[in-house]
Amino acid sequence: MKNRIRILRAEKKWTQEDLASAIGVSRQTINAIEKEKFDPSLPTAFRIANLFECTIEDIFEFGETET
Amino acid sequence: MNTKTAKRKNLSRLAIWTMAWTLSTALATFGSLFLWEGNKVLTALSILLNVGIGVGMVLANRQFLEDSDELEKKVQLEAMALTLGLTLIVGIAYSIMDSTNLIPWDAEISFLVIFMALFYMIALIFNRKRYL
Repeated sequence: MKNRIRILRAEKKWTQEDLASAIGVSRQTINAIEKEKFDPSLPTAFRIANLFECTIEDIFEFGETET
Repeated sequence: MNTKTAKRKNLSRLAIWTMAWTLSTALATFGSLFLWEGNKVLTALSILLNVGIGVGMVLANRQFLEDSDELEKKVQLEAMALTLGLTLIVGIAYSIMDSTNLIPWDAEISFLVIFMALFYMIALIFNRKRYL
């Protein structure tokens, strides 16, 4: 699933670790989501959206991936 | 408690339970041979202790998985699924090889345990490389 997390994170000048701590996952999970190797669960997607103060659709774009 | 600290704590707890289970397995196996020489009560007690600690180890593993984040859970779950499936297939094939005398030795459960442990580690390494 395509996403804009890396861009949004860069705008806020947050590291992967900062974002991971804020939503309660590991840095590796954020890295895997950004690289589109792993699709987050719905609660995690909502947490990310809430943190960036936008909707899930603003961040994630549905598309079939190999994960 | 943050996720890193919780994960480290759960891992330590799991490592302690696993070590205790390994030691209790060794005690149950070798105790009756070298320490109490065939005393059935002590043998039964050591096996009971082994099973009890084994249950503790399983519960510690469950706690570790419950507190893991979603990607770690996926990595672990896939490794476990592959290990379980392959162990069943290899275990049955190994047992048939023994019953049909295709192999000259007895099919020991220890071979299967070693196979499970090695394959689980390989599957974990492969999955970590895939997702992390």
